Amino acid sequence: MNSNRVVITGLGICAPNGTTIPEFTNAIKNGISGITHQPDLEALGFSCQIAGKPQLSEERIAQYFTPLELRNLNSTGIIYGVVAGLDAWKDAGLEKSDDEEPDWDSGTIFGTGTSGIDKFRWAINKIDDMEIRKLGSSVVIQTMASGVSAFISGKLGLGNQISTNSSACATGAESLLLAYERIKSGQAKRMLAGSTSDSGPYIWGGFDAMKVCTFKHNNEPEKGSRPMSLMASGFVPGSGAGALVLESLDSALARNANIYAEVLGGHLNSGGQRGTGTMTAPNPMAVQRCIQKAVENSGIQLHEIDVINGHLTATSKDALEIENWKIALGSSADNFPYINSLKGMIGHCISAAGSIECVASVLELNQDFIFPNINCEDVNPEITTLINKNRIPQTLIKKSFNILAKASFGFGDVNVCLILKKYTHE
Amino acid sequence: MNKNEIISALKTIIQPYSEETLALENIDENTDFIADLKINSANLVDIVLDIEEEFKIEIDNDSMAKMLTVKATVEIIDSKLNAGK
Repeated sequence: MNSNRVVITGLGICAPNGTTIPEFTNAIKNGISGITHQPDLEALGFSCQIAGKPQLSEERIAQYFTPLELRNLNSTGIIYGVVAGLDAWKDAGLEKSDDEEPDWDSGTIFGTGTSGIDKFRWAINKIDDMEIRKLGSSVVIQTMASGVSAFISGKLGLGNQISTNSSACATGAESLLLAYERIKSGQAKRMLAGSTSDSGPYIWGGFDAMKVCTFKHNNEPEKGSRPMSLMASGFVPGSGAGALVLESLDSALARNANIYAEVLGGHLNSGGQRGTGTMTAPNPMAVQRCIQKAVENSGIQLHEIDVINGHLTATSKDALEIENWKIALGSSADNFPYINSLKGMIGHCISAAGSIECVASVLELNQDFIFPNINCEDVNPEITTLINKNRIPQTLIKKSFNILAKASFGFGDVNVCLILKKYTHE
Repeated sequence: MNKNEIISALKTIIQPYSEETLALENIDENTDFIADLKINSANLVDIVLDIEEEFKIEIDNDSMAKMLTVKATVEIIDSKLNAGK
């Protein structure tokens, strides 16, 4: 059986605090928030009226779509995914395939939770108004879950697996693991992995109604998303997309590509909604097992993890997550790895969270830094009884390190953990 | 509205859907939407919607199915325009 090493050779981002890699890198190093007040959420009477939304000008969007595509385009998730995906491909030094034959060795797994929710709403209203004929040809391609991977693959001419995965807030991390496995097993040379999530009231409304979002910071948006903080009172919804080109080491070396990091391995599982696991709460046994299996599959030891990029959404579950990491890794309060959460800066980007956070993780490994946690100067005592406060960086740490663990957990009691390693040209 | 005026209006409607600039420039009765203008067949329904809006007519399913060439399309537009007279 084939067992290729898999490396990351391209990055693309469309995050609330940066829509290019340089802009995003600067933002995460300096703790710059992308959370802003949302007048539409206020007008609609949302409890949480702040959110994270990528800022893209019309001129920027026009670089990625034809005028015809733009005519009826009403799917923010597809826009974010295409921007991040095409940027990652370009960043990897890869070209579109020629006009006649696709690139059989390249594919994409680009996840999402829903697609084109604004387009879907428009279509439903037309149908209910007895105007079914007026839907035209653009509804299906924007509202099918796989719309984003279909748009990306068509633009790049990818001829390998083209699919969209969906596992709630674990979607982004899962897309990387699925892409990794396809390359590792020799079925593809290059896979564009990533995920996206729509913006706006119709995607965020359900979370607002579940009372899982904070309603205490509408007047101070940048302070609102508070993972690990004593004042954490729910997550701030976000949106955007992250994209990473995964490639076999052989392919990357053959074309002399820039290598950001190596994917050592990972694991995904479910708690089966058994024990204390439910539709919305993680089963700790499954989380711990997921972390341990990821480490095992990566061929490293538990103590080798230097940095954890957590799921850490700013709900009451943050302390439980840290307890799960601590038990899984068998660490003490003092030798626990550094841990950070990007959600303090960008909120919880739902199905895009995992991929955006993976892009941040790869940048940390590649550029020798650990980004600061923001809005947790008042770390929750439930957390400081588990780990030393100095494990939770409050300011940028400039430091070269080797191994980062990234985990994402999702509704449905699903878990994904990835192990990423600095690439040292060996 | 005579036949040439209809073709001219049709050319403006079709322009965003075709990248075949030369074929579009030389559009005439014999032009085929898919063979000559390389229009994605999924977009034919969008063109019909644009035609309905431009000419303020309604095109039924049977007529829509025939609208694959400029000739057939002009005839249908012409008959719908004159239907109310």
